[in-house]
Amino acid sequence: MLPKSTVGKKIVMAVTGLILVGFVIVHMAGNMKIYAGRESFNAYALALREFGADFLGYSGALWIARVVLLVAVVLHIASAYQLTRHSRAARPVRYVQAKAPDNYAARTMRWGGVILLLFIIYHLLHFTFGAVGYAPGQFVPMDVYSNVVTGFRVWYVSLFYILAMVALGFHLSHGVSSMLRTLGVEARRTERALNALGPIVAAIVVAGNISVPLAVMTGLIG
Amino acid sequence: MEFTLRVWRQRDRNDPGRLVTYKATDVNPDMSFLEMLDVLNQQLVARGEEPIAFAHDCREGICGSCGFVINGRAHGPGRGTAVCQLHMRSFKNGETLTLEPWRAKAFPVIRDLVVDRRALDRIIQAGGYITVNTGSAPEANTIPVPKPNADKAFDAAQCIQCGACVAACPNASAMLFVASKVSHLGLLPQGQPERDTRVLRMVAAHDREGFGNCTFYGECEAVCPKEISIGFISRLNRDYLAASRRARGALADKKEDAA
Amino acid sequence: MSVAVTGTPVSLDAKVPGGPIEKKWDNRLFELKLVNPANRRKYTVIVVGTGLAGASAAATLGELGYRVKAVTYHDSPRRAHSIAAQGGINAAKNYRNDGDSVWRLFYDTIKGGDFRSREANVFRLAQLSVRIIDQAVAQGVPFAREYGGLLDNRSFGGAQVSRTFYARGQTGQQLLLGAYQALMRQVDAGTVELITFTEMLDLVVVDGRARGIIARNLLTGEMSSIVGDAVVLATGGYGNVYDLSTIARQSNATAIWRAHRRGALFANPCFTQIHPTCIPVSGDYQSKLTLMSESLRNDGRVWVPKRKGDTRPPNEIPEEERDYYLERKYPSFGNLAPRDIASRAAKEVCDEGRGVGPGGRGVYLDFSDAIKRLGTEVIRQRYGNLFDMYERITDENPYKVPMRIYPAIHYTMGGLWVDYNLMSTIPGLFVAGEANFSDHGANRLGASALMQGLADGYFIIPPVVADYLARTRLEKVDPSHPAFTAARLEVEERTRRLLGVKGSRTPESFHRELGKLMWDYCGMSRNEQGLKKALAQIPVLRQDYWKQVKVLGDDASLNQSLEKALRVADFLELAELIVTDALHRTESCGGHFREESQTADGEAKRDDANFAYVAAWQFTGVGTPEVLHKEPLRFEFVELAERSYK
Ligand SMILES: Cc1cc2nc3c(=O)[nH]c(=O)nc-3n(C[C@H](O)[C@H](O)[C@H](O)COP(=O)(O)OP(=O)(O)OC[C@H]3O[C@@H](n4cnc5c(N)ncnc54)[C@H](O)[C@@H]3O)c2cc1C
Ligand code: HEM
Ligand code: HEM
Ligand code: SF4
Ligand code: F3S
Ligand code: FES
Repeated sequence: MLPKSTVGKKIVMAVTGLILVGFVIVHMAGNMKIYAGRESFNAYALALREFGADFLGYSGALWIARVVLLVAVVLHIASAYQLTRHSRAARPVRYVQAKAPDNYAARTMRWGGVILLLFIIYHLLHFTFGAVGYAPGQFVPMDVYSNVVTGFRVWYVSLFYILAMVALGFHLSHGVSSMLRTLGVEARRTERALNALGPIVAAIVVAGNISVPLAVMTGLIG
Repeated sequence: MEFTLRVWRQRDRNDPGRLVTYKATDVNPDMSFLEMLDVLNQQLVARGEEPIAFAHDCREGICGSCGFVINGRAHGPGRGTAVCQLHMRSFKNGETLTLEPWRAKAFPVIRDLVVDRRALDRIIQAGGYITVNTGSAPEANTIPVPKPNADKAFDAAQCIQCGACVAACPNASAMLFVASKVSHLGLLPQGQPERDTRVLRMVAAHDREGFGNCTFYGECEAVCPKEISIGFISRLNRDYLAASRRARGALADKKEDAA
Repeated sequence: MSVAVTGTPVSLDAKVPGGPIEKKWDNRLFELKLVNPANRRKYTVIVVGTGLAGASAAATLGELGYRVKAVTYHDSPRRAHSIAAQGGINAAKNYRNDGDSVWRLFYDTIKGGDFRSREANVFRLAQLSVRIIDQAVAQGVPFAREYGGLLDNRSFGGAQVSRTFYARGQTGQQLLLGAYQALMRQVDAGTVELITFTEMLDLVVVDGRARGIIARNLLTGEMSSIVGDAVVLATGGYGNVYDLSTIARQSNATAIWRAHRRGALFANPCFTQIHPTCIPVSGDYQSKLTLMSESLRNDGRVWVPKRKGDTRPPNEIPEEERDYYLERKYPSFGNLAPRDIASRAAKEVCDEGRGVGPGGRGVYLDFSDAIKRLGTEVIRQRYGNLFDMYERITDENPYKVPMRIYPAIHYTMGGLWVDYNLMSTIPGLFVAGEANFSDHGANRLGASALMQGLADGYFIIPPVVADYLARTRLEKVDPSHPAFTAARLEVEERTRRLLGVKGSRTPESFHRELGKLMWDYCGMSRNEQGLKKALAQIPVLRQDYWKQVKVLGDDASLNQSLEKALRVADFLELAELIVTDALHRTESCGGHFREESQTADGEAKRDDANFAYVAAWQFTGVGTPEVLHKEPLRFEFVELAERSYK
């Protein structure tokens, strides 16, 4: 299923990463609608499901997107796993005195990815299925606005989201530049410009996302 | 100057190896690192201890023979410097320096600080060349090469095959090395006919030799004695992508022909 | 050639083909016998050495379909000493339209060699030079280019035209990579077997023909017999006899010395080249002298203070108190005077007490005028990596302070004697590159060694080896042949003996002592008294060596001390021959300057009446005098003239 070579696998990771990054950015933008108030946020959730309903049926487009995302996540993780194993095997004996790589974010990719996976699972169970994080009856399907507000009222849930967003930030701050390089983008002048792009994207996504639990906890929305 | 050296000593592949501590005294700051080891080795032999084995030849930073890790850094602290060109004045008097061989599965230790880097030759063998038999070359000025391309090809071509990139890479990847050759030849008009097969075969050989994959840590670039840019790895990826697309296309064409 | 066996001096015949000089190589190519493509695979050619000469020869023989065994002590062919060549490679392309031609390159090389080389060889070299550039460009060698995309050139010492092709300061590297890549392609194709980490320790001669080598695997100590139908030695020069030199530390003379002991004559051993622009010695721990490419003399001006013992920093010495001695003495070539002349001039001013830097052994190479004229950026583009290297070593910034340079041993024009077909006096033993004596006479011009190595390897060795194979009926031989077993036992015995001495001094310390002795008595200038002194001391040192050398470790794993010990043992024998040759040649020519033979103004004085010959020495035993054979040099196409660069 995955290409045989390390570069091929890495390209799969970058392409799936690109889909995921695209999703996270759009998703973050969507999340910002919460500041427009209950009606418009819920209408947005509904619109997502009614999009293209004439051809695809209710939620049809959404399901397509879900499948794409799911496949992307699976491929992304599968290549990450295989490449990580390959690279671990490439250095069986470690240095006695090893120097930590200068690029901190790059070092966190693997564990950061695992945290993201756990976050995604929790997040789906939480806001999509209402299976965790709510008292019985608190979760109201299709009232996304109140679900978010109620959900983030629990401080440790908010805290977990914020921490997860920090992990996402690291993942993106290395991931975006790395992805572009994997796809063949070459810095025109200096590599530094390309290196800066990741952290910028990461900062925007993370700031937007974190603002939501913060807004709820500080009572800005609710 | 004076240094405490902790040096990796390993008799051969089967010996587990260990760090052994030595004192280097009366070190002249103008000495090169290898000269400091030369002097230490003379003292060791005088004491009846076997000298520390390390690879070297040109001592000018061009043959790529030398190389070991000093305090976790391949080729030591100099920028754009192979260890033979590193001078003791780059260190603080009294420092403790830990010397270890390149560590990678593809680079088995031969003895002490000497490792076997022939895996890199096998990667070149897989396609790091332009097919042109002696005698068949056209007049040299037949094909002009835009100066910027020629210069960039040269930047890539400077690689000395020292293996420091592998040693420094947390994934033990040799991608900078492979990329330098793929880019050197890929940037020149002469290298175009084999551009696709070259990158596909060289990457396959790289993986086969057991080097890790590149996740763009950028550590390699920082230790590379020729300061080869990881931009060349991006180039390699681009070439690889294009090549595999075309290879798939070619495969489809073949199927069609067969049908 | 059976002469070598008898020991009576004879006149050597180089078997130069007939016809006008520009037709000789074509005529020879036509006379050469060919091997049918289908039969080539049945022949095994052993190529020892994978520098420019060896790699290009092995690759080309492989392309033609021979089975090639390429042997090197390096882990990779690309580590060969050739990788370090900086400045460039000559070729008579006349891209500059500045009056260059094959004839001019030929003449410059003959004159540069002080009329001690074989005309026909040099002409062939000049002819082939243009094809080397074509070949290298096709292989992807990234030579410097002009904005129009065409190849750029620069000037080098001993020439008034711009014919040197270069790749920044790394020309040797890029050319070797071209040859290395061609070689690896053949390894992949299965025609070449690459035998790395393996050092040739003896040549095996069966029925008077070279049939193989005894080689030691450096990783396991295992001794192997490698059998072939012809042997090509491309093992480089022997300059490391002098210990401190610009030559790679591992380079050594063992291969050619062992072949010499087996009957190959050694030609002009005393023709050693001292390069004028090297970074001066800074201490007694020094292991290597670093060359600053001669190309620097294109833009750098060489000077010393006019006054003795002037210790002011260079920038404080006013213009009128500086002596630009090369420009003064050789106005038409100026700073681009050939190497031997520039080196001696530097020694002279230092001997007068006007040298600069620690110990007064140095002269300035000053770029301030060029920087003023062209700007720092242009200079950086031309020489950036050399300037960086200089700064790294000396901790001084040559953009601001003039470089300090001093001559150092750099190249050996002498080597195994070969005929026009590059075959030594042992049939089936061919010698290519710096290892042979062929083309440079008594002094090599800059950027000509790369040219010669590649001409030998790409274009000459393949057809002449074919001719030999086609003409010779060779019996089947295998490693159990008595000649192989005997040679192998000898080599094993030699290593065992070295390990067994268990004395008190390292091989390095002997090497150092030998080097100093050679530099002092057989270096930049030589005289009878000094040479005789050296001739008395070397055998003593050699005897001490076998009594006192200390080699630790064993013979079953990587043992660098043992490698070194084997090499130094051979240097100690070769040194004696170098001095013997220097003593016998009482004229001055090229790199060989005999104080007894100079003009009134201190220039070298050749003695054509008595020394217009190649001295080819025959080994008779360690410590017994070698027999001198001569190849008379006839100059039909150039006139023997005084070599003037004034
Ligand atoms: C610093 C420097 C700069 C130079 N710059 C220039 C320049 O700009 N232009 C120019 O024309 N020339 C230059 N030269 C000279 C030129 O580099 C050499 O003369 C030339 O490269 C010699 O090539 P070669 O193939 O004959 O031998 P080498 O490159 O010396 O190769 C010898 C090979 O033989 C192998 N070998 C030797 N002995 C054995 C053995 N016993 N067993 C197995 N293998 C063996 C080695 O492993 C190596 O592969 C320079 C030289 C130096 C030192
Ligand atoms: C769902 C959100 C995720 C996004 C947006 C994302 C994005 C990315 C991107 C863009 C890359 C860079 C690709 C490249 O280097 O070319 C990347 C790499 C990686 N991802 Fe993810 N990823 C996500 C989830 C995960 C998960 C869940 C895991 C693992 C369990 C993971 C593990 C990795 C690893 C190991 C890398 C390679 C490290 C590197 O390139 O330096 N990612 N990811
Ligand atoms: C603090 C930040 C976040 C908030 C407030 C948030 C909010 C939400 C909400 C409210 C939903 C439910 C939408 C619906 O059912 O219509 C949702 C769904 C989802 N979120 Fe998030 N989210 C955040 C961060 C993330 C991140 C970082 C990821 C991915 C790495 C992510 C992945 C998803 C996915 C996959 C779904 C399910 C979409 C579906 O299939 O319906 N979310 N999110
Ligand atoms: S890329 Fe740089 S570090 Fe890697 S082998 Fe080449 S020169 Fe050495
Ligand atoms: S350090 Fe390793 S991860 Fe890539 S950028 Fe260099 S090869
Ligand atoms: S010894 Fe040649 S690069 Fe260091």
